[in-house]
Amino acid sequence: MSASIVHQESQPVAAPPTTGLRERPWLRFSLRRLGGLVLSFVLLVGVTFVIVPLIPGDPAIAAAGQEASGAQIEYIREELGLDQPLYGQFLDYVGGLFTLDLGTSFTSGEDVASVILARLPFTAELAVLAISLVLIISVPVGMLVAYLTHGGRRPWLDHLFNFVTSLVYSVPQYVMATLLVVVFAVGLGLFPAAGAENLSSLVLPTLALMLLPTCVVSRVVRRETAVVLDQDYIRTARGWRIGQVRLFGRYVLPNVITTTLTLSGLILAAQLGGAIVIETVFAWPGLGQGIVDAILSRDYPVIRGTILILGLMATVIIILVDVILAIIDPRTMEAEA
Amino acid sequence: MNSLKRGGLWTPSMMGGLLLGLCLLILAVVAPVMLSTPASELTGQAGQDPSADHLLGTDNLGRDNLARALVATRLTLLMTAGATILAVVGGMVVGVGIWLSSPRVRKIALRFLETAVAYPSLIFALVIAAILRPGVVSSVVAIGIAGIPSFARLTANLAAKISTSEYVTTARLLGVRPSAIAARHILPNMAEPLLILATTVFALSLVELSALSFIGLGVQSPSYDFGLLLNESLTQIYTQPTSVVGPSVMIVLTGLAAMLLGDALAARANPRASRRAVRRPFTPAVAEIPDRDTALVRVENLRVSVPGGADLVRGVSLTIEPGEVVALVGESGSGKSLTSMSVAGLQAEELEVQADVLRVDDMNMLGQPDRSRLGREISVIYQDPGSTFNPSLRMGVQLTEVLRTHLGMGRRRARKLITEALAQVNISEPAHRLRQHPHKLSGGMRQRGMIATTLVTTPKLIVADEPTTALDVTVQHEVLRQFRRIHRTQGTAMLFVSHDLGVVEALCDRILVMKEGEIVEHLTPAQLKSHDVRHPYTKALMEAVPVVDVSPRVTAPQESL
Repeated sequence: MSASIVHQESQPVAAPPTTGLRERPWLRFSLRRLGGLVLSFVLLVGVTFVIVPLIPGDPAIAAAGQEASGAQIEYIREELGLDQPLYGQFLDYVGGLFTLDLGTSFTSGEDVASVILARLPFTAELAVLAISLVLIISVPVGMLVAYLTHGGRRPWLDHLFNFVTSLVYSVPQYVMATLLVVVFAVGLGLFPAAGAENLSSLVLPTLALMLLPTCVVSRVVRRETAVVLDQDYIRTARGWRIGQVRLFGRYVLPNVITTTLTLSGLILAAQLGGAIVIETVFAWPGLGQGIVDAILSRDYPVIRGTILILGLMATVIIILVDVILAIIDPRTMEAEA
Repeated sequence: MNSLKRGGLWTPSMMGGLLLGLCLLILAVVAPVMLSTPASELTGQAGQDPSADHLLGTDNLGRDNLARALVATRLTLLMTAGATILAVVGGMVVGVGIWLSSPRVRKIALRFLETAVAYPSLIFALVIAAILRPGVVSSVVAIGIAGIPSFARLTANLAAKISTSEYVTTARLLGVRPSAIAARHILPNMAEPLLILATTVFALSLVELSALSFIGLGVQSPSYDFGLLLNESLTQIYTQPTSVVGPSVMIVLTGLAAMLLGDALAARANPRASRRAVRRPFTPAVAEIPDRDTALVRVENLRVSVPGGADLVRGVSLTIEPGEVVALVGESGSGKSLTSMSVAGLQAEELEVQADVLRVDDMNMLGQPDRSRLGREISVIYQDPGSTFNPSLRMGVQLTEVLRTHLGMGRRRARKLITEALAQVNISEPAHRLRQHPHKLSGGMRQRGMIATTLVTTPKLIVADEPTTALDVTVQHEVLRQFRRIHRTQGTAMLFVSHDLGVVEALCDRILVMKEGEIVEHLTPAQLKSHDVRHPYTKALMEAVPVVDVSPRVTAPQESL
């Protein structure tokens, strides 16, 4: 780099004065993501902590229920650390987190960490399967529709695509889930309506969870592909007369994926929210069902732990999308520097 | 064709949305009054199938399913409206607060909002549902608060954007009071995007409020909204599958009304230049390759048009002999790029290209010549505004594309040849450049990279479309030098498109001046040099060439196909 004076060309990226981090975009990128993770964790800890102090009236009574005995209320008061001042409660809570001690479930008496650990795989299975299927289906479909309708061709396909995706988009996931149960479980008897016994019980929850985001993401992919197809570099690649398969696989896809992931990162994280509702439809023994039960029975240690873990999962998805983006297209990373 | 024209107000989606919304409103007012008896009276007719009396059957307590679905409209709409108002007002307060605070606080607050917006809002809602007891008020509060971050973020960003806009800056310079600026400029300009987001928030609130009721954390029996009805229908799904219909349809219809209105408002605020759908007519391959002429390129009566629209190129004829460099000059929109792209067989899909003859070597460019031959024999070099190379691929992949695809070279051999070629066009550290992404290279380097590929592929024809336009003057010279070199060493024929007479004079054997889709004058470099031109348009072009290099350069706007 030091010998570049010899060459006449102007350096497009002016080398900034040495500030360390700027020269190492990867390091800067990683530090920022780490910072984001820490920030999210701090926020989540704060939010989950305030759940109990914010309960109107006496939290211990609220948790124990109206008919609880004095001893039960006292037990809960002690378990939640309500006998201490607020800062003491907070220190207890944070201290417990560092030793992975999330408390004990009021209803089952089990360790909260193990309650969550037992449910986590079910939610993860559903979410990962749905997200993968969403991407696997919507990227090719969106690209194909964009290709087939590019330059105003096949207007009927354009209308059909818009109609179908809007139709599915306007049906909330839990309504879709209910309808799927009616048709495929009650009507046709093809798949079980509830439970998580075998692979076939995975079909309906996954379908219910993935249909809506598939439509949203394939619309995004279609629009982005249309934008990419009009770019100069596609014109350049056409000038090299490469085949359609290579053109789309090598020249269109990476650019579509970048913008698609940027836009659909949030959609994918939102699938955790969808999963919570879907799980209750299908009696799927995951975190979503767990938190609903916990809220109904006011099992505060489980509520806190589950929300913390759901929030962290959302954070991880968001950061993962960022990292994948940076690997595919280093400019997104350098843009931050 | 005024792209700034705002979309009409009474679009089908606006009408549909309003009509649907109005129906739902009427239903919300009327249904609880008129249908309260069938909706709440416990009768002995429990779990009945649909009949004339009960169109959607009855539930397990003998209440009419349809009536219940209709009556639930009021509570659902009230709750959704409440949550939306909470989100909108709260979001605007927070957003304006952030905008008014010091830059430091603003930055941190925005970062917090970014983080908050990224989370599924249902998780927030669950937090609030955990604090308060499940019920109508707590779910409205929960969903309303969950909607605040996205609204706050939009408000803060809009306020920041508008307050730095030119008209606000001008008003400020003119001494308009801040409160007047806010009232006159900032708020009105924020109203529309906020209204659009509000309809989205309404639709989302509906979905999420119903979701809360659906999972049992929202409205509690005996009150009921769409969500709770759906929940109840799920418990009796085997005995009464039709009970699902009412709440499902009502949720979808209500969401649809909000979505339609939002879409209509968004389309009105931001109408995309609507692309007219055109069907590309079948172009018959007219050209029979005529008698044995020596020209490498022969174009007779080329016409390019928008189907059913204007003619963009009107009967251009030209020839290029082997080894000859022909220039097409003219201003933007004169059709020179369209002509050159038609010669290269790369016209835009939506355009119609016709000609009596359009051939390169013995390839009929109106038909579908062999792809591989095209790739080997015609090289195309574009203007480089920084976007001619794919930003997500390394230079090596792109520069070796023709070698690998059409000359059957392996990756290693292609790279070796390209590295040598890059060195020949004076690119420093060529091997390193191949591993870089395009944005790491300067415009001049990228153009020379393109030229370098022609050193290896040795095409018969180079079509160069404004290859020096986006470059600095000094870099232009270097790139032109490389063009001359290619021509000198390999005798490649070129079709060189430019708006710059100075550039083509030095390089070309013949110069064709284009105006409004026609060739208006044929010139030699000598004629150009001695200003021996006849057509007034050419004279005007010549006068437009800056004589002194230090004068500010006039760059033509990019010509788009």
